[in-house]
Amino acid sequence: MKPRVLANVRIVDPSTGIDEIGDIVIIDGRISAIGADAAGMAPPSGAEIEDCAGLIAVPGLVDACVHIGEPGAEHRETIASASRAAARGGVTSIIMMPDTDPVIDDVALVDFVQRLARDEAVVRVHPAAALTKGLKGEEMTEFGLLLEAGAVWLSNGRHTVDNPAVMRRAMTYARDFGAVIAVATQDQRLGATGVMNEGLFASWLGLPGIPREAEIIPLERDLRLAGLTGARYHAMSISVPQSADVIRDAKARGLAVTAGISINHLTLNETDIGEYRTFFRLSPPLRTEDDRRAMVAALAEGVIDIIVSAHDPQDVDTKRLPFADAENGAIGLETMLAAALRLYHSGDVPLMRLVDALSTRPARILGLEAGTLAPGARADIALIDADYPWVVSKDDLISKSKNSPFEDARFTGKVLQTLVAGVTVHRA
Amino acid sequence: MSFPHRHLLGIKGLSEQDIIYLLDRADEAVKISRQREKKTSTLRGLTQINLFFEASTRTQASFELAGKRLGADVMNMSVANSSVKKGETLVDTAMTLNAMRPDVLVVRHSSAGAVALLSQKVGCPVINAGDGAHEHPTQALLDALTIRRAKGKVGRLIVAICGDVLHSRVARSNILLLNALGARVRVVAPSTLLPSGIADMGVEVFQSMEDGLRDADVVMMLRLQRERMAGSFVPSVREYFRYYGLDADKLSLAKPDALVMHPGPMNRGVEIASDIADGPQSVIELQVEMGVAVRMAVMETLMLSEGNQP
Repeated sequence: MKPRVLANVRIVDPSTGIDEIGDIVIIDGRISAIGADAAGMAPPSGAEIEDCAGLIAVPGLVDACVHIGEPGAEHRETIASASRAAARGGVTSIIMMPDTDPVIDDVALVDFVQRLARDEAVVRVHPAAALTKGLKGEEMTEFGLLLEAGAVWLSNGRHTVDNPAVMRRAMTYARDFGAVIAVATQDQRLGATGVMNEGLFASWLGLPGIPREAEIIPLERDLRLAGLTGARYHAMSISVPQSADVIRDAKARGLAVTAGISINHLTLNETDIGEYRTFFRLSPPLRTEDDRRAMVAALAEGVIDIIVSAHDPQDVDTKRLPFADAENGAIGLETMLAAALRLYHSGDVPLMRLVDALSTRPARILGLEAGTLAPGARADIALIDADYPWVVSKDDLISKSKNSPFEDARFTGKVLQTLVAGVTVHRA
Repeated sequence: MSFPHRHLLGIKGLSEQDIIYLLDRADEAVKISRQREKKTSTLRGLTQINLFFEASTRTQASFELAGKRLGADVMNMSVANSSVKKGETLVDTAMTLNAMRPDVLVVRHSSAGAVALLSQKVGCPVINAGDGAHEHPTQALLDALTIRRAKGKVGRLIVAICGDVLHSRVARSNILLLNALGARVRVVAPSTLLPSGIADMGVEVFQSMEDGLRDADVVMMLRLQRERMAGSFVPSVREYFRYYGLDADKLSLAKPDALVMHPGPMNRGVEIASDIADGPQSVIELQVEMGVAVRMAVMETLMLSEGNQP
């Protein structure tokens, strides 16, 4: 492979704090020199030089919550199709949730996913393993063997572990392996019949609501158990400011706790549901505009560590139904960065923090070799035109499923090129 | 004056003028029903399909009779035990029926928003005959017609809606309609049967019948579903009747000429005492009669309006 030089590009790298215009020199898939200094040096002989003036280079995004239909529901999304959608969105590492069919709760399945990813995916795909067998919340999986096989963290998928004794023991055991337990907290009974945020809007629509306490109560319980056990705990997808408050307190107490939020909850609110639009039926549900604004502030502050796409492909069989009968979930790999740039353009979140939340910090939490443009790092890079205006068209989406809440949305900012190990895997 | 809507999916979106237009037309329809010769040829040659995904004897009969009195060909489809049970989706059912070229579809479904979803897939007017806990617009219209005929007006009357507001599409449609016509709306229920945010829905909220019924012009009782009586939302039938059942004592707090209404079917001895249901203030039978008239008015309006001509 010829050496490459991305010239005259604005480099934004939270891992080093660099925000400057310069060159990125890539040799053998790794960054050999970067920044204003690199621009002063002679390019390596035979290098392919690409003028990137006006573009921003950021470390390739690391998406810590991606649902894929393979194995079990390949008609919705395969590892290959998800990886192409990721490349289009500037995402170079995806963490695949274990709630496939069968559930990824066994070493053989971790191997299966990794083999498939190696052969067919254009970006890096890392499996998350199930915390409990079959995600049933009863028996622990083989944490040690799963992690050794390549699982990056332990998750109970979309479900809270109901039984606090099981959760306590899983946390205690996981601590010995230094594993991160990633949980989406939602009390199965408190929000049992609910399909959207509880409140006036749901009441007029005649839809049963999910109270915010259904998220907060199990989160508070889990944080108590994290304090008791010393486990590393990641709240995967919080949606209300009260959850951010308890995360802030837990961090202040010195617990090894982090939190994520989906891009949907940072850019949409419950009124987007309008007249029963099922693409906006999500778990956790979209909350109010006040909640959204508070969550954006918590992200800027750093209390919420990371942003995920929560990519969740659904087809017409599961979405073209009355709202209460439809499935939760929205796709998001292709639009996550463009949607996140709304927060930059609105002045709510600085670009450096945004890139940190989309790349550097998730890589650090997961212990991945990613999220940095420092010399020596693998050249996983997204090249962005932050001012590029475009409209999302359903026909342009390459994900196998089309359930995007951003259909027909106007964005400013687009990924023009994505590199994995120095090789271009997407070019707009 | 005409009616600027293709479907009747809810009271939401209707103006005061739209509502009055339908009520005036329903007044005319009452005359037809009271003649010896009840059949007209207004909708002759047109096809009405009643598509009920949720069983309902009364509403379905009312729509059927309304269509027949207007001369339409009426077909009833109870989907509760047909292909939908075999996995056919709502949208597929809608498209199948649409291919049979009906001129109006009357639809009831147990899910909120289902009727609106179906209306997007068909080429004829759709009337919502009740969708989940969302809306039941013809019920609210027939209630308003009943009140207007009994009291001469709706505006400025105090209307107390009592009982299971949480699960009631009748309550939602009535709150919207009564507010549009300028009535003062109260809801009276235990807090477990009130939706979140009820105080912002254009009503005064009461937890006691004694307070909520005081000086009311209309007392509108709601049905309490059996499965909600035993401990899940209220502790027992006898406790519910004690505090929220309409009996003579509680009714005496309302105005002496207050109307007693119920959308049916009634649970006698649960939300309403038998002697009150059959008593002099009850207009429950009048409601049933007005139901046919309102449905005639709605179908005639939608099927004959210019934009909806086949």
